[in-house]
Formats: sequence, C-alpha cells, structure tokens
Amino acid sequence: MNRVIVVLMATLLVSAQSVQAGVTVGSKAFPESWILSEALARTLRSEGVARVEHRHNLGGTEIVAQALQSGAVDVYPEYTGTIQEVLLHRSGAAAGGANADSMRADVARLGLGMSDPIGFNDGYAIAMPESVAARLGIRTISDLGRHPDLRLGLTHEFLGRADGYPGLARHYGLRMRHVLGIQHELAYTALASGRIDGTDIYTTDAQIARLGLRVLEDDRGFFPRYDAVWLYRLDLPGREPRALLAIRSLTGRISEKQMIRANARVVLDGISYEAAADSLLAEVRPATGPVRPGEREGVAWSIARNTVRHLELVLLALLAAIAIGIPLGIAAAGSPRLGGAILLVTGVLQTIPSLALLAVLIPLLGIGFRPALAALFLYSLLPIVRNTVVGLSTLPASLKDAAESLPLSPWARLTRIRLPMASPAILAGVQTSAVICVGSATLAALVGAGGLGEPILSGIQLRQTHLILEGAAPAAALALLAQKGFDLLERVAVPRGLRRPEESTYGDHDA
Amino acid sequence: MSAAIELTGVRKRFGGTVALDLPELVVPERTVLALIGPSGCGKSTLLRLVVGLLRPDQGQVRVGGTPMSPATRDEILPRVGYVIQDGGLFPHLTALENTALVARHRGWPRDRVDARIHELLDLTRLDRELLDRYPTELSGGQKQRVALMRALMLDPDVLLMDEPLGALDPMIRSRLQRDLREVFERLQTTVLFVTHDIAEAAVVSDEIAILRAGRLVQRGKPAELTRAPADPFVTEFIEAQAPPEALGWSR
Repeated sequence: MNRVIVVLMATLLVSAQSVQAGVTVGSKAFPESWILSEALARTLRSEGVARVEHRHNLGGTEIVAQALQSGAVDVYPEYTGTIQEVLLHRSGAAAGGANADSMRADVARLGLGMSDPIGFNDGYAIAMPESVAARLGIRTISDLGRHPDLRLGLTHEFLGRADGYPGLARHYGLRMRHVLGIQHELAYTALASGRIDGTDIYTTDAQIARLGLRVLEDDRGFFPRYDAVWLYRLDLPGREPRALLAIRSLTGRISEKQMIRANARVVLDGISYEAAADSLLAEVRPATGPVRPGEREGVAWSIARNTVRHLELVLLALLAAIAIGIPLGIAAAGSPRLGGAILLVTGVLQTIPSLALLAVLIPLLGIGFRPALAALFLYSLLPIVRNTVVGLSTLPASLKDAAESLPLSPWARLTRIRLPMASPAILAGVQTSAVICVGSATLAALVGAGGLGEPILSGIQLRQTHLILEGAAPAAALALLAQKGFDLLERVAVPRGLRRPEESTYGDHDA
Repeated sequence: MSAAIELTGVRKRFGGTVALDLPELVVPERTVLALIGPSGCGKSTLLRLVVGLLRPDQGQVRVGGTPMSPATRDEILPRVGYVIQDGGLFPHLTALENTALVARHRGWPRDRVDARIHELLDLTRLDRELLDRYPTELSGGQKQRVALMRALMLDPDVLLMDEPLGALDPMIRSRLQRDLREVFERLQTTVLFVTHDIAEAAVVSDEIAILRAGRLVQRGKPAELTRAPADPFVTEFIEAQAPPEALGWSR
C-alpha cells in the first residue's frame, strides 16, 4: 500500500510542476475557440516563445474563466457579452451601455487584461429553418412571439443567462410553450430532422448556411455585442513580453466572414482545427511565411493514447478511493454517529453534478489531470464506503459473539475475521466504483485531462460519429472488462467458504 | 474444592424484564453443570455474562477467582472456551484455520499447534481429512466437533456450551452426547452446559440447575430432582419431556 501512496504523490507533484512554465493558451469546448487559440499558440511559437501549450476543449465559460483566474491558463479568446454577464455579473441591459474602457478597468480588478476586438462579432441570435420561417412569415424575433406553439431547443448556457432566454423573453414578451435545453451541436441535428423549430445560434456558426437557416432579426435590439477579444492574466506581459505582441498581432484582423469560413473548414469539411488555424493565419498574417500542415495522428495511435490516459485516471482514482474508502467504512461501521456523518458526506458528493464539481476543483487544483483525478476519486468513494459498512455490520450475531469471545486483539478480530468476511461486499463496492469511474472518466476531457472523453467531446462538436465512437467504444469495452475482471477477481480473492454455494455433496450422514 | 465460576448478587435486565437474578451460583472445579429451563429462563444470558459478552447490572462474576470486567476480560478469555448452538465457525476459514486461529495469533510455533490439533482430533473423534474443509462443507455434527476443538485449543479451565447439540437430528445427537460425556471425563474440566433437554442434561452432566424466569428453582443430582422436587414446576418440567422411569433415574 505504501508504494501506491508514493506513486500517487509523485503523479501529483509532476502535474503540479507542469502548470506554470511557459505560456498556456486555453480554449472552450467549441471549434471557433480551438481555432483562435491554436492560431495564437502558433503565433507565440513563431515569435520565439518557448514552451507554448494549447489546453484545448476546456468546457464552458465558468471552467476556462476559473482556469484563467487560478493561473492554470494565461490567455484565451472570450466575447465581450460573456465577459459582462459571466465574469462581471451584469445583466443584459446594464451591459449594453458599458464601453470598452470601463470593461477593461473592471476586468483589471480581477487581475485580467482585455485586448482590442479580434475583429468579428459572434453574438447570440435565434435561427429557424428557412422553410418553416417562410411558411409562417417570420422575419424577426417579434414575429416569433406570435407563434407560441413553435418548439425551441436552446442551449443550457443560453437558458441560464440573464442575457439569454430569460432576458429575451422578458424583452419581447415571449410566451413560448415548448422550450427545452439541448446541447448546441445536437440542436442542429434536431433542427435538421424537424424535432425543433428554432434554436439559439452564434452568428459565426458554420451550420447557418449549410442547413439553410434564417437568422431572425433582433428588431428590438436585445442582444448585446459579442465582440471576440483576448482575455489574459495581467502578470503575463511581465513574464513574457512577446506574448502581448503576439496577442496584438491577432486583433482587428479577423472578419466575421473569415471566421465563418474557418469554422466551416473544421465543422463541415472535417479538417483539423490545427490546419484551419494555419490557413486562417495565412489569410490574416501573410508575413508569417510557410506554415506546416497540421498533422493528424493515426486513429489507432490516438485510441491507444486516450485509452492509456483513461486507464491512468481510473486506476489512480480507484486506488486512492480504496485506500481512503475502506478505512472510512471501518470507522463508519464502528460508530453510528460518525458513520452517519461519513455516509452523508460521501452521499452528497455523489450527487454533485460533474461540471459543478469540476468548476469547484479548478481554483484548488488547476486544470488537467489533477481536478479530473480528484473528481473521479470523490465519485468512487461512496460505493466503497457504503459496501464496507454494510459488509462489516451485517455479520451474523452468532459469529459476532464467536469473534468477541475468542481471545484475540481488536485488530486481529478486524483483519482476521470481520474484513475477510466482509470481502465479498467490499469487492462488489470496488467493482461498482470501477464501472462508474470508467464511465465518468470521459468527463475528464472537459478540464483538459484527456482520456476517451476527448474524441467523444470533439465528435459531438464536429458531429462526426466516427470520432464519438473512437471514444465511446473503447470506454464501453473498458467498462465490460472491469465488470468481467472483478468477477474473475472474486473467484480468486474471496475465500472458498464465502462463495456462493455450489451443489453440496456433503450430507448430514456422519457426525 | 475451589470455585471455577462464581456469581454473586448478579442481576441483569433487558428493558423491563428481569433476565437473570441470582443471589449466588458457584460451580466448583471439575464439575459439569447443566443449565436447563424453558426458553427465556436466562440460561444463555448466564453464559454470556460468564464470557463477558454482557455485563451485569448488579453483582459480580468471577472466573477462576478473577472478577470479570472490561479490564480483566483479556486475561480471562484465554482460560474460557465457548461453543454456541450453530458452532459459530467462521465461514471464510477451514476447520483447521478455525481451530488454530487463536493459537497462531498468539504466536505458537507450528509444531506445537500441530501437536495440539492432533490431540484434539483424537479427543473429539474428528476425521483428520475434514480439517481442510470449510464449514459449509461439513455436516452439523462435524461442525460441532470442530467448534469444540476450537474452544479447547488453549486448554481452558472452563468450557461454556450453549445448546451445542440443539440443531442436530436425534441419532447424531445421542452419539455426540456420549462422546461429550467422555471428553468431559477425560479432560476433568469445568463445564457449564446449556440445554433445554432434560435427558441430555442427565447424560452429560454431574449436576443440573433448573432455571425459570431468571431465577434458580433447584439444583442437584438428576435423581434428587425427581425424588425431592423443590417446586411443582420441577416435576412438571421433567415430566413434560419424559417419564422419570425412562430416564433410569430411580436407582
């Protein structure tokens, strides 16, 4: 067990060291963000900055903003409307009047700097299939309000933000009867198949032209501008002056048309975001010279790499949960009051949604491997603790008496009698945790920890089923393997006398 | 003869009911005393007090002269063997591991353990080949023989048996009764033997104590109980199970 702890500590130390060196560019979980950040990362490298890292696909605004403020990320592309709403906590109306200088002063108080606009506006808008809109004569959002039976599928972020649907509905007096939350890329699929009639879109989405959508006019001027800007830590220019040069070289240059085109290359043409960043750079910074084509690693290699990372996360989290969970279970079984508290806490941990848990962990642990490991560890605790408690406290009364009346030390009673007798229950708990862990570890990709969630996340963003399968199929295989592996382990590890009885050949024939 | 077990002024209540109320009970060394009575009479409670699984509300329990308390229990337990109705064998350990568990924990060398097991096999008439079986692979009678071996492993001064034959069928039961009697005679040890079967008590014990509702009704040799019952309950209890002639007590 000591060796396990040493390995755990070493892993934590190594990942701690890698956080602060060089310049780390972050990106949110959608292609436009990947392309812009990759373009910046490449510009930084061409400016001669050593150790530039692009932590791509870091989930929603809360996660990447937390990563920026905690120093795990130095710079990432953000939108002015989002800065107002999510970072500065201003409602849509109040945000509308703010100018760039006052915003810059406000983010400076958070220790952050804001660049000039990158050049395009990627605002929210409501879009409908052209055919439906034409049939009903809907051109504006006010027109939409006259058809309250239309079904809207809106992204969860849009549903939750004051400058999203709640504000929009109030501003226009919308009384839509069917509004449901849906993931952005799935919304396009739902629109194309006629399951919903409208969704919130970003004005640079590649899908608008492809799917023939009509972008409804914001006739009463509700949506604020979402000018893309670079958001960076104010300590970055001091640490790496060339970073600010690189950031400035990418402001005021990229038009809405260019951005839509770059997005379309990735989303519609299946080109890697690295290659799309290269061609975008070639358009806006012709002086950069020849750019090397983005190299895409082989499928087998990428599956192997993601699977190995996935296994690392699962095994370390599981080992830590066993090392902590079984002693916690023993303590809980020994004292009803303590036991109640321990089971309550581990039970509550289990109910925290993974995104919320990750958002809480980032300020403490940064991004990448460590918060993912911590989240998986916390999710693995409950089944192990609970099964340890159940296994220890369901010892039959007669055996408890027998154990208590033999001249053994309490430690020997625990290790020679109670724990071995509870071993089938404990093993079942570890098995449950392992299967949960294999599934939950796909969420690690949200904080840039890699694993099989990475192709799944990208596949959903890009609507590429083969990418989703590259992650989902190995993950399912791992879950099955875990299940089977533990069944095998049970045969070896559980003493014969405790296994499910096979047919007995021993009658009561001989006393 | 000094007292192996001594209870003075012991009272034990469970909730509102008196489980045991014994002004005095002394078991001299090398005596086999059967505790007998209807269900709930307090006979199992008495054993649990002697092995320290329960603490009396009042009074004192002494084993080999040492008062039983949380502080002295560790010192007393090695001198006490305890066998319960279903044997209480640990299902994850083989018969051998069950028997040797305590001796191994106490650091006995291997050959000492082996020698003692050999003696006990002979004493309890258990087939050596059964030692590698798990409890689920043993018959009821075999389990009780293993449980007796485990209780005797450290050669205790006092043996407590709580209805050890209660779950066995009659044929095996009568064979085990005779074997037990022989074991007790060979060991010359002090035994408290709980049963609800008066015939069994007559076979295995020197003396019988009849309990009712936590109190001692009468104590004596089997024949005394029929000849001079202290209470109509004694006669009633004996005759409910078998006519005295059938027990051969009239001699």
